Amino acid sequence: MTNATVQPDTLNKNAGALGVGLALMLSANIASAHWVYVSNEKDDTVSVIDTETNEVIKTLDVGQRPRGVTLSHDFTRLFVCASDSDTVQVFNVADDTIAFELPSGEDPEQFALHPDNKHLYIANEDDAIATVVDIETRTVVSQIDVGVEPEGMAVSHDGKYAIVTSETSNMAHWIDTKTQTIVANTLVDQRPRDAEFSLDDTELWVSSEIGGTVSVIDTQSKEIKHIIEFEVPGISKDRIQPVGMELTSDGKTAFVALGPSNHVAVVDRETLTVTDYILVGRRVWHMALTPEEDMLYTTNGVSGDVTLIDVVEKKALKSIKVGRYPWGVAILPKDKIPQ
Amino acid sequence: MWALETLKRRIFASKTPVLEKEAGAEASGSFLRKSIRPMLLASVLPLALPVYSAEAQTAKPSLDVALLYIEQRIERPPVLSNLVQWPGDEGEQGALLGVDDNNTTGRFLGQQYSLESMIFDVGTDPVIRNEQIKQALAAGPLLVIANLPASDLVVIAQLPDAADDLFFNAQSANNALRNDACQSNVLHTAPSRSMLSDGLAQFFAYKKWKDVFLVEGNRPGDQALASAIRQSLIKFGLKVVADKQWIEDADMRRSASSEVPVFTQARRYDVVVVTDEDQDFAQYIPYNTWLPRPVAGSAGLTPVTWSPVIEQWGAAQLQSRFNKLASRAMTSLDYSNWAAARAVGEAVTRTNSTDPSVIKSYLMSDEFELGGFKGSPLSFRQWNGQMRQPVQLVHANAVVASAPIEGFLHAVTELDTLGYDKGDSDCGKFQ
Repeated sequence: MTNATVQPDTLNKNAGALGVGLALMLSANIASAHWVYVSNEKDDTVSVIDTETNEVIKTLDVGQRPRGVTLSHDFTRLFVCASDSDTVQVFNVADDTIAFELPSGEDPEQFALHPDNKHLYIANEDDAIATVVDIETRTVVSQIDVGVEPEGMAVSHDGKYAIVTSETSNMAHWIDTKTQTIVANTLVDQRPRDAEFSLDDTELWVSSEIGGTVSVIDTQSKEIKHIIEFEVPGISKDRIQPVGMELTSDGKTAFVALGPSNHVAVVDRETLTVTDYILVGRRVWHMALTPEEDMLYTTNGVSGDVTLIDVVEKKALKSIKVGRYPWGVAILPKDKIPQ
Repeated sequence: MWALETLKRRIFASKTPVLEKEAGAEASGSFLRKSIRPMLLASVLPLALPVYSAEAQTAKPSLDVALLYIEQRIERPPVLSNLVQWPGDEGEQGALLGVDDNNTTGRFLGQQYSLESMIFDVGTDPVIRNEQIKQALAAGPLLVIANLPASDLVVIAQLPDAADDLFFNAQSANNALRNDACQSNVLHTAPSRSMLSDGLAQFFAYKKWKDVFLVEGNRPGDQALASAIRQSLIKFGLKVVADKQWIEDADMRRSASSEVPVFTQARRYDVVVVTDEDQDFAQYIPYNTWLPRPVAGSAGLTPVTWSPVIEQWGAAQLQSRFNKLASRAMTSLDYSNWAAARAVGEAVTRTNSTDPSVIKSYLMSDEFELGGFKGSPLSFRQWNGQMRQPVQLVHANAVVASAPIEGFLHAVTELDTLGYDKGDSDCGKFQ
């Protein structure tokens, strides 16, 4: 794979011979805004948005058909699933160069990074396999047979379980991360896409795109304890297709992207009911909360833009144009932005 | 990845002499193919590194689900173009993929699916064939995927031994099967002709193509499709301004540009609809019409249940899985057979039963829905057993539109604006 090229729109870097550390000491430039990385599936690029101006400040060239994006837990590395290139690209956040690529198995779509910052769990959509990669040694540690069309990936905050959802098998598979084997399977509604653990890991949320529901699963029993349904006034039920979800750390709220209904649902987690629907762009799939959890960014695939939502007011504030078919989103906190 | 060792495939040679056919048609089978063809799908492991065995994570088989696949090979009539080819294994590969998908899921649930195939060559004596099918059905209550023409399906479904079986009509678009010829032991995964023609008519209404020039082909299927189209046009408030039977006395490959304009001469029309299910002449109509107009029906803008050009709604994954299995593109017939196998898989998974009556109850209930890669969940109509599904309007390289077209409303589900809705169907057998 070729090195990434960067097209800086506005960029202020201080890369002297003294090195980054010294530069930080000397520099008075401390970022005032976070960076939002958005993968553009059809453009083979990643757009970077500055959360203060809410404009795209640079665009990175990446591999073919980029989908899942995530940052390492120390925020020094950006991982991009380049699905049609059959690889996971690893970029240095410091200067946007490619550090290396990881063997991912074929057609990687989504992934999740274990809290140990070392193991990446990747869903290989075409092959009914989940691949576990050791980032340091850059080798495949395990390949696990899963159901048909794995997509959603999540790792519990305590590192104990990795979850894979199989879209056509309609299951969430529970992988024990010590043995890298599947120890349980939870059947959910049609076409599960995304999986998210609550911060305390007591709940696993799984969205069912065609079923039109979100299943809240009790981690202990692995059974569904509640199914959330959605109804957007004036919109056909078939268009309500839940995909991405974001859970706030305080355990109070969940946001669910509802696909071609163009709305994000706000769920009160105490009552597990929907309290609001927020209109965003077209075909909303994935979202990310800022570190303060006061802003939510959504990727709207069909309209090619990202919507900024004020979490407190539950209102959409702005649409930011990115590349074609924005898919995944990950946020780099301002205190980790390279100077 | 998943070897279908239990696949048994019996090919029945024709017992009566069959005339030599022209190039392109299926030759009479006087030989028996291999009776067992193991399906081995190459496992993809690009790196030679430790892989933890799947044994610890799969449940021991506790439920064996045997599906019976019955196919009567159809003789395709000779057509003008040598380019028109029909894959010999159309439909069968769809059923195989469906069973394969079921097994990939089933290993986590202790389910093992198998497909037994009875495939009858063109020209097989129907009496002998039906006798063999009767013997197979006598084995007990069965789940059967039927890749059969309507007349054969009705005869078989009415056999006394078929009363305890559940059949899935995965081939016939015959409207009567969804109406007065319906059978209580037959569900339909193939769309009816009316569903296809309604999808097309909705698009015409949406585009305000109100006046239709209809060209009807000469074969029974063409006439049935033209009938369905006439009904759909009335249903959506459109008009047939010219209605002509195709005259087969010219070599279209040579003279389309002089023959077709004269044939389609009229003062006004918005679209030309051609019915020609065997692809004999329809492909020569586009661009040669008297007035410059779009062509639809069996050429140009075509209503289908599936096409290789469908890419959205995750379809690319189904297309590539099928391609890997069958080494060709997935057709509508393959899709309907796949959907039948998958409907069984979903029902067995949710009910934990292989009893056809339990499966049928579940499939006809409000609980059943199947992800069919067309954006809407698939389910069965309770009044005639028809699988609800979007109809794709396609040309050779892309999807033009997906029906039901937005704006056509329905009290329950917009999918029921296609085909025979609750009050429209004559079928009384599912009460």
